[in-house]
Amino acid sequence: MKAEKQTAEMKQLDRIKRKSIKGLYDGGTPSLRGTIIKIVALGLLDAFAVFTAYLLLMKKQYVGVAGVLIVALVVSFLYLRRGGLPAKYLTPGILFLLVFQVYVVVFSGYISFTNFGSMHNSDQASAVNAIRLASYNQIDTDFDSYADSGQDNNQDGVADYVDAAGKVIVDASGNPVGPDASGAAPAGAVKVPYYTVSVVKDPAGVLGFIATETNMQADGSTTFGKTFVGTQEAPLTVTTEATDENGDGVADHLKGYTTLTDDAIGKIQEKVFDTKVLIAEGSSIFIRTEDGASAFQYKYQMLWNEAKQTFTRVSDGAIFKPSTDGFFHINGDLKAEKIDIGWVATIGTQNYEKIFSDTRLRGPLLKIISWTFIFAISSVVSTFIVGLALALLFNREDMRGKKLYRAFMILPYAFPGFLSAYVWKGLFNTDNGFINNVILNGNHIPWLTEEGWARLAVLLANLWLGFPYMFLISTGALQAIPAELTESALIDGATPWQQMRLIKFPLLMITLAPLLVSSFAYNFNNFTLIYLLTGGGPTDISAGDLDAGGTDILITFVYKIAFSTGHGRDYGLASAFSVLIFLFVGTISYLSFRRTRALEDLA
Amino acid sequence: MSTAIEEKVILPKKRMSFGQWFLALGWRHIIGLAVVVYSVFPILYILSVSFVKNSSVEGQTGLFRSFDLVNYVALFQDPNRPFGLWYINTLTIGVVTALGSVFLSTLAAYSFSRFRFRGRRAGLMSLILIQMFPSVLGLVAIFTILSEAGKVFPILGLSSSVGLIMAYMGGSLGTGTYLMYGFFNTVPKELDEAAKIDGATHTQIFYTIILPLVTPILAVNVLLSFIGITSDFVLASVVLSTPESLTLAVGLQQFVSDPFSKDWAMFCAGAILSAIPVVILFMYLQRYIVSGLTGGAVKG
Repeated sequence: MKAEKQTAEMKQLDRIKRKSIKGLYDGGTPSLRGTIIKIVALGLLDAFAVFTAYLLLMKKQYVGVAGVLIVALVVSFLYLRRGGLPAKYLTPGILFLLVFQVYVVVFSGYISFTNFGSMHNSDQASAVNAIRLASYNQIDTDFDSYADSGQDNNQDGVADYVDAAGKVIVDASGNPVGPDASGAAPAGAVKVPYYTVSVVKDPAGVLGFIATETNMQADGSTTFGKTFVGTQEAPLTVTTEATDENGDGVADHLKGYTTLTDDAIGKIQEKVFDTKVLIAEGSSIFIRTEDGASAFQYKYQMLWNEAKQTFTRVSDGAIFKPSTDGFFHINGDLKAEKIDIGWVATIGTQNYEKIFSDTRLRGPLLKIISWTFIFAISSVVSTFIVGLALALLFNREDMRGKKLYRAFMILPYAFPGFLSAYVWKGLFNTDNGFINNVILNGNHIPWLTEEGWARLAVLLANLWLGFPYMFLISTGALQAIPAELTESALIDGATPWQQMRLIKFPLLMITLAPLLVSSFAYNFNNFTLIYLLTGGGPTDISAGDLDAGGTDILITFVYKIAFSTGHGRDYGLASAFSVLIFLFVGTISYLSFRRTRALEDLA
Repeated sequence: MSTAIEEKVILPKKRMSFGQWFLALGWRHIIGLAVVVYSVFPILYILSVSFVKNSSVEGQTGLFRSFDLVNYVALFQDPNRPFGLWYINTLTIGVVTALGSVFLSTLAAYSFSRFRFRGRRAGLMSLILIQMFPSVLGLVAIFTILSEAGKVFPILGLSSSVGLIMAYMGGSLGTGTYLMYGFFNTVPKELDEAAKIDGATHTQIFYTIILPLVTPILAVNVLLSFIGITSDFVLASVVLSTPESLTLAVGLQQFVSDPFSKDWAMFCAGAILSAIPVVILFMYLQRYIVSGLTGGAVKG
């Protein structure tokens, strides 16, 4: 009986104990203030999420809407339920991490399998639109002329005649042909009219023009021809009912159409400039204005066939079909001519294949890779030797002024890195730099402009930047070596060199090896120094159309592939490189972590 | 026997002749002085150029031949290159990002250090690995994210400090969390258990017990992160483009594109002004930074 009671009591106690231990990590009783703060914060967050979802809905981005709402729901759930503390502390960080690290890595991985770049930067529909917008020419390439009967409106001394295709008629040597001796136009010349226009809206609000053919005479006066009306949806038709309301001699009003004032045109300027009215149904020629008062003829070079999803080139009737490489090629043949505006297409492992097998890329790439290793290893070794030597030099109890020395020596490390790069760029300047002018007494060493010197310059600058760090960590590690070890070595009669080589150095390396590895990884990707000091230059001319330079390391080379302005951007190829570099640096770091305690802490 | 050792160790402290002193210590001072000159001369050089009258920058050979504040004044008077705004932008972005990312990583680190949950180990491991992805190479993705976000909320888009701050915060979480995790592990668990028994909630434990204990470390982390972020060139150069939105790292580049014109002296003045807060912080925190270094932090 007594025993039973005891076990019951013990069970009870056990239960309370277990409950309280569990209670330790499920949050305890929330305070009123905490609850209020929580509810207000969640309320604001959800309101913001709904607002964002609404904005996205307006833009018809349904995936975004779903994403925002799901995130808001999950976050609200995580914070409203009891317990689940780890999630409450991790969620804010994880959200940022998901967007700016995980997504970034995944997106780069995806991009590496596409041709994303300056020629392929959107979807196919946008590419079609861009091609249509880009592929029309004003008939008669001389902007201010309208090629009528031989006047020279652009005052280049030759009258401007165009043929039926809208091209300026030229002679065998490419010069515009003027009228012959009798003043007659050359063979094939056609009259390209110029229009005085009023911008109008039709009853349905579609923009269009009332356009009157205008002829400028040799004496500077103008005469007017037929008047037309047309809109974006209806080609020009002759009208005789238009009236001249403002008395300038040209018709500007028509029943059923609203004529826009200059102010009204100013407000929708972009739309007015974008208004194209065909001169006849099915024609490839349209008129367009750039000032709201006069219009010229333009000709499409590519006609889009919505049903067949193809472009037809007006000049020769070639058919361009969408192809797997994200371009329109003639008849879809990858080797045939293409239109230079493309869309983002998945191209499989082509980028990776290019890295490993493209012969044009191989030479420069191998050179860059070997220099990347030389740079990273030399930087670590040189800074470490100097740093360690200084640490040993100052590692004496009885040396005075150590703190002062250290304060000065730490300066290069304290100085912001990007500024140091710029400063050294100035110091190394061939003509005016301090190093050539003062230290080398007027020598003209081509630091930064000749490959060998530039590489030396980069290493020297990095030595300046990096030795204080090595000095600091070596000093720290030296002081951590127990004095007993050195003392007993002394008693055993070891020379200072033996002490160093056999006792101190092995001990130092235990602490410093992982730091040297991270220093290697850091320099392997030391973008700031290289890019700001030399820009990767001097440019390697033998690399052809690749933007590769003598001091380019992998990461600056990849940056230039992705972002250089001169050579066209190739995000896909750059991302493939990124993924490979990530794998390489990640593996090295993982291995070095495994050798240190870092991973043991994770247990 | 122990006395013998004592004597040997104490021995060098006795009065030395100059020759002895030189062999033991003097040459060290000579090398030390040489290294100090090496460390300091580039900085002295730009300090000197920053005081040069702008007409005589070219062919400058001696140090401190003239003293004129004209470059410092000119820095603040060019409306196309608003140095003052850049300074403010840099400080704002640096302070907000440093505070925000350290706060977020502290929360995460607390969770990793104090709770045991499924996926904890894997979570820590992936934190370490994912931050190995070179940030320079994530630029395309970050650029795309921000330009898309800008279409919905212009304030989050390109050329905006807010967007850049968020990108920095996301980018620095991995390292920050891992560092803080190490520090939290050194705070005894018995402390929060005792508080728990006294009836404290987990938020109370976090804010009133743990945080105050790690405040010095937090401060150092905030400042290191501030230094790192204010020095960033590459992400800022891609995200920011309008003259008013630039940071110092991006903006000052405009002065060095043409070396040894009048701009070079202005660059030197700008560099001195930009470096002052960072160098002061660094000197002030030397002790902490050195101990942090051996713990594995690398200055970015």
